[in-house]
Amino acid sequence: MSTNRLVDGVNVASHYRDATHQYDSNKEGIWLFMTTEILMFGGLFVGYIIFHTLYPEMFAEGATYLNWKLGFINTLVLIFSSLTMALGIYYCQVNQRNKATLALAVTILCGAIFMVIKYFEYTHKFHLGIFPGEKLNLEMVKPEHANLGLYFGFYYCMSGLHGLHVLIGMGLITWVMIKNIKGEFNSKYFTPVEGVGIFWHIIDLIWIFLFPLLYLVG
Amino acid sequence: MGQHSSGKNYINEEPGLLSWFGTLDHKRIALLYFVTVMFFFLIGGIMALLLRLELFAPNVTQNVGQILKNGDVYNQVLTYHGAMMVFMVIIPGIPAILGNFFLPLQLGAKDVAFPRLNLLSWYVFMTGAALAICTFFSTKVDTGWTFYTPYSIRTNGAVVMMVLAAFIMGMSSILTGLNFIVTVHKLRAPGMTMFRIPLFVWAIYSTAILQVLATPVLAITLLLLAMERVFGIGIFDPKLGGDPVLFQHFFWFYSHPAVYIMILPAMGVISEIITTHAKKTIFGYTAIAFSSIGIALVSFFVWGHHMFVSGQSELAGIVFSFITMLVGVPTAIKMFNWLATLYKGSIQFTAPMLYALGFLFLFAIGGVTGIILAVTAVDVHFHDTYFVVAHFHYVMVGGTLMAIMGGFFHWFPKMFGKVYNELGAQLSWVFIFVGFNVTFFPQFILGAKGMPRRYFDYIPEYEQLNKISTIGSWLITIGFLIGLYTMIQALRKGAKAADNPWGSKTLEWQTSSPPIMHNFDHEPTVTAGPYEYK
Repeated sequence: MSTNRLVDGVNVASHYRDATHQYDSNKEGIWLFMTTEILMFGGLFVGYIIFHTLYPEMFAEGATYLNWKLGFINTLVLIFSSLTMALGIYYCQVNQRNKATLALAVTILCGAIFMVIKYFEYTHKFHLGIFPGEKLNLEMVKPEHANLGLYFGFYYCMSGLHGLHVLIGMGLITWVMIKNIKGEFNSKYFTPVEGVGIFWHIIDLIWIFLFPLLYLVG
Repeated sequence: MGQHSSGKNYINEEPGLLSWFGTLDHKRIALLYFVTVMFFFLIGGIMALLLRLELFAPNVTQNVGQILKNGDVYNQVLTYHGAMMVFMVIIPGIPAILGNFFLPLQLGAKDVAFPRLNLLSWYVFMTGAALAICTFFSTKVDTGWTFYTPYSIRTNGAVVMMVLAAFIMGMSSILTGLNFIVTVHKLRAPGMTMFRIPLFVWAIYSTAILQVLATPVLAITLLLLAMERVFGIGIFDPKLGGDPVLFQHFFWFYSHPAVYIMILPAMGVISEIITTHAKKTIFGYTAIAFSSIGIALVSFFVWGHHMFVSGQSELAGIVFSFITMLVGVPTAIKMFNWLATLYKGSIQFTAPMLYALGFLFLFAIGGVTGIILAVTAVDVHFHDTYFVVAHFHYVMVGGTLMAIMGGFFHWFPKMFGKVYNELGAQLSWVFIFVGFNVTFFPQFILGAKGMPRRYFDYIPEYEQLNKISTIGSWLITIGFLIGLYTMIQALRKGAKAADNPWGSKTLEWQTSSPPIMHNFDHEPTVTAGPYEYK
């Protein structure tokens, strides 16, 4: 059972000794959760490696259907958002609430830009009949490699699962931003902002691997 | 510490049925799991009885079963028996019930690290379980609990819904494991060093590592399977360049460690029971603790032994065969340490001890037949026969379920503050132990004779042994019913239990029975190891 008490102005659950104890435990929990995220994407990466070894030319052909410029812009957008996310945490830690709110808002905006670009990439492909696996429109696409649908199976699964995480991340950042506006964070208590930040950085990191693997592989 | 003066405890402190569904107390959440998991065990058990009843005799007319309508229905019952017992009973069983209840108590903590997450895990688990049960009322799944492609892509059953259910229950398993790891790292009482934590905690801790590291791979595998079914992405479909065997690799990369998620906690329970009911310091504490971690690590590199006949390379087969045999080493270390603990101990043949001894006996058979199956040449013959069925039931039922029952009786006085009827508990053990051997030992012989698993019919030569096996399943049922009756009677009429009826040294026995809401009146300070008997 958990009843909270105030220790040095921080809400500490009764089963923790003090705020540091609680902070360390929470942070370990967040990192463990990140491990599971990486392992989940790991399954996709392993699949990618296996099939890339089997059909390297299929991946090369598939990459030519992607617009690397849009992918590159998205990479820049996400790297920039990682910076603003880190700034958001920093401003919380130094009690600059308004700057923190601004940094978090910019991060959400970057996430939105990423998703909008992704949306146009997806719809453009649907328009050209580029669907994953057996749904690939062979008459419209006329692929050289017989298994090109498999490449797009990977493309949609990897970028789709990543996109889903970006959306979740945007939701989480909105949540901590609202908490920040309400003034819940200060130099002594900023665990949720940092936790969401770690999540956001991991999502960025995964994209940094996805971009060359999917767009530049040719 | 003695009796809490006010007579308040975790059961009666917050009144009303509704308070249970919003509780953040680890002991109450353990009881939520207790009730739900036992319910699923009942359903999964009924499925098992139906399967055995169907196999009582060979079919008279082709494609018409004894009691199940036809082979399709048999496949469905088989699938739900397997999926429910694995995902809804044995995986959550010991960690979520006994682990939730006793991990914080044994560490001297007030709760797990994340109480809110703990309650969320139960709701997530229930959501997954509800979804799995929903499939039963839409088109029933008939893939077996392993969802092997390509059949799982082609069949009409509600595979996507079932797979999502397993995904969601996996998420619950991850969250529970994560919670326990942080609890063990951060919430030990003063003086409770890592080498003073009880062996049950070591076992749950090793299990938690597996839950956190292996389950995400199941998650992505099941997602890919769902995508394959809905969009035909091709990764498991040879027609599109994909590979159905890859599914097996992915699946067993999780599901083999999952086997240890099922057995490691049981080993922890056995360590507690044996040392307490023999009143003797555990032999080789460090060896048992490290062998838990050892089993957890090795378990990640043995998945290929499920696939000796799936067309993996010979070299891979040999490597997986040897690593699989390696699992026998830490397991044997545990076995011999338990036996050495019993040596010259003051063994009391209480019900928990009987269950523990039953575990040693059955698990030894289950383990050694596992080594037999790890030999590739033998496995080619035994693969997909009843020998394999008997082997893993000896491990999971003979091992884990014996440990669950032993653990329930061992900790019953602490959990509910009531004394159970020793005779009833021992009688349940007699029926379960004898019934188990009558059910599953003949299956080794059937398997060696070549009877394939998963079929709903067989040739007349196998009839006699199948009859014996089915009769055994009734004995097991009687055993569990006696056990259930004993527990219900104890809850209704049992005398008040003492705080430490077994004279145990671990921390959970140093507080009142049942424990107070915050576990301990004062935070305990630990100055010695957990099993300083003699």
